[in-house]
Amino acid sequence: MSVAVADMLVSLASEPPAGLLPARQQMAFSLGWHIVLACFGVAFPAMIFVVHLRGVVKSDADALALAKRWAKVSAVLFAIGAVSGTVLSFEMGLLWPGLMGRFGDVLGFPFALEGLSFFIEAIFLGLYLYGWGRLPPRLHLAMLVPMAAAGVVGTYCVVSVNAWMNMPTGFRIVDGEVTDVQPWRVLFNSGAFLQFLHMWVAAFMVVGFVVAAVYAAGMLRGRRNRHHRVGFTVPFVFASVAALAQPVVGHLLGMRLGETQPGKLAAFELATSTEKPAPLRIGGLLVDGEPRWFLEIPAWGSFIARGSFDKPVQGLDTLPPVDRPPVNITHVAFQSMVGIGMLLAFAVIVFWLLRARRTDLLRRKAFLWFAVLAGPLAVVCMESGWIATEVGRQPWTVWEVLRTEDAAGNNPDLWWVFGGVVVVYAGMTVGAVLVLRSMARRWRAGQEDLPSPYSPDAPAPAERVAE
Amino acid sequence: MNTADLVAAALFAGVVAYGLFGGADFGSGFYDLTAGDARKGAAIRTLIDRSIGPVWEANHVWLIFVLVMWWTAFPGTFAAAMQTLFIPFLLALAGIVLRGASFAFRKYAETLSQAQLFGALFATSSVITPFFLGTVAGAVASGRVPGDGVGDRLTSWTGPVSLIGGAIAVGTCAFLAGVFLTADAQRAGEAALAQTLRVRTLIVGLVTGAVVLLALVPIREDAPTLSDGLSGRAAPLVAVSAAAETATLVLLLRRRYAVARVTAVVAVAAVLLGWGVAQYPWILVDQVTIDEAAGARATLTALLVAVVLAVVLVVPPLAYLYRFTQTEPSSTEEA
Repeated sequence: MSVAVADMLVSLASEPPAGLLPARQQMAFSLGWHIVLACFGVAFPAMIFVVHLRGVVKSDADALALAKRWAKVSAVLFAIGAVSGTVLSFEMGLLWPGLMGRFGDVLGFPFALEGLSFFIEAIFLGLYLYGWGRLPPRLHLAMLVPMAAAGVVGTYCVVSVNAWMNMPTGFRIVDGEVTDVQPWRVLFNSGAFLQFLHMWVAAFMVVGFVVAAVYAAGMLRGRRNRHHRVGFTVPFVFASVAALAQPVVGHLLGMRLGETQPGKLAAFELATSTEKPAPLRIGGLLVDGEPRWFLEIPAWGSFIARGSFDKPVQGLDTLPPVDRPPVNITHVAFQSMVGIGMLLAFAVIVFWLLRARRTDLLRRKAFLWFAVLAGPLAVVCMESGWIATEVGRQPWTVWEVLRTEDAAGNNPDLWWVFGGVVVVYAGMTVGAVLVLRSMARRWRAGQEDLPSPYSPDAPAPAERVAE
Repeated sequence: MNTADLVAAALFAGVVAYGLFGGADFGSGFYDLTAGDARKGAAIRTLIDRSIGPVWEANHVWLIFVLVMWWTAFPGTFAAAMQTLFIPFLLALAGIVLRGASFAFRKYAETLSQAQLFGALFATSSVITPFFLGTVAGAVASGRVPGDGVGDRLTSWTGPVSLIGGAIAVGTCAFLAGVFLTADAQRAGEAALAQTLRVRTLIVGLVTGAVVLLALVPIREDAPTLSDGLSGRAAPLVAVSAAAETATLVLLLRRRYAVARVTAVVAVAAVLLGWGVAQYPWILVDQVTIDEAAGARATLTALLVAVVLAVVLVVPPLAYLYRFTQTEPSSTEEA
């Protein structure tokens, strides 16, 4: 009996902490949910600015109406973005005590500056949303500028922490103790700028394609007025620029992986053993340790990943098994991101080339269908990118410094918490969709102001039908 | 005062600001909850929408500021508190999420039944959230959060001081919100509404004041370190708070709502400051001092830079936002 208990204790001691897997799932889920709204916080103010500016300067009534509606939409989206961002702040401590307790003073400073950006964004959001008719028109419009600027700074700061997790710097570990902490070097770590650019551009792709998709869907249903054309074109222009820039940024970012995180690169490239030159493998999965079902283009893997046909791509076999990332998830996520990104870039090139030759694809149903699909595709593209970089960094939370199992806590109840989080977020998603759809429906019915149903100004139910 | 003390002071200033501004937002949930059915409560609920709509997100950022300052400057104690007080933090977080989301959803809800669902969620979570944050404060102040390892996940925050802390948090939030809403109603020219709110605020103020007085005995038993501080170093602040609270009640009786806002803020700020001063130099009372908990010096210095930036960049527009909402007449035209 006692031997059995002792055996059990030994096996328990060697297992990862109880909090590891649920913490991972919950972090991925809540971050994956929040990042879509964070994109709106970063990119939407710039788009609202363009239509609002047009509305004020050129007295364009359609553009001004769009600005008013988008402002109302952002009131809903930014609210759930703010609260789901708060969840992440709590989760840093609730889920990752091993990371925060040991490295909080190393990685915390960029978060402090991100907090300031969030402050600016929230203050000017309040002024903008409630400034209609209360602030002079141009001053009111100017409230969007600090919001967009805060989006840039905030994105940089948050992403700099992620870049630090990929390429840790600004501290030393002496006898297991973290020492010689240099917060400014963490903030300005060499990986931060490109990674920031990648995310910032991604935010414009996501918001641009998603908002354009809404108006493309309207046109498909026969609503082909100027309101819809402007509503489609402005976000689509932002998305187009972003979609064209993104492959360049992403490529530059990927080029350093061979040096900084060979395990991640090997998983991206499905490289089980070191090859020189390495082929480019499109598609495929690792089955029993062997890559299968892929299309191989000789030597191009080396060229794309390392910038030369002669440089090797290090294989997974050079890493001890405990240091290898989950290969299939990383590989599939990475190739989904690249594939969708290329497809979107190609599509915007075709659209604008044809437009220059006076062929308007907005008259083609097939293109409108594609534009509707491009919204969710852009979201999938960005989510895949985050999955690829985060899963590809495993088993490390801080690359070669802190293993994820050491970052997690030992709370056995986390699965219940994760269940609760899923339920609350599902409810929030349903609530947001419900409210946004009903707003759109009322706008189409000719109501602009959308008074709350309990407000003294609200029309009685009978009158509302008459409208 | 060394660097760690300065950073702790800045962190605590964030706690005070969140208590005041976030607190007033949370407190409005109490009046929303007690406003009555859809028709009777319409005026109060519309007033709450207008009063906190423009500011709640900015007010909420104080919490983010506090969390970030905490984990950056005093990382070990942050991890310890988050693990030991996992349950109240989680429940407060759930409240924050439900309340923010349902507040936004309610405003744009199409039908009355949807608005009622979101409204009920908003109001109840607004009342519950300060309770759990109050239990966290009570747990820290009564020495129940160990500096390393994990304290008992249940009894750490269910002691007398935690429960009192929760009750006081709910009461002060409602009191602050009541004073502000009464003043807002008066300014909007809704005299009857102001009168209703005035009576409710007076009742909330009296009950909360009584709870605070009664709490002094269990605090002496359960949290001697805090109690010594409150009757010693922090005694002047406690006196200021009592005086300001009394003044607020008198001002409410005499319908001087604009001035009452100031005394109400002073009363709550003094209570919060009193707590901070009373537990100094502990960050986790009886367990870890500010100095022992402090992270890398270079990081503390960098944080002070961030604080200066905050004062320069954030405070002026924030002041403008409050002026904007507190001086302009309540307008119906908004985004």
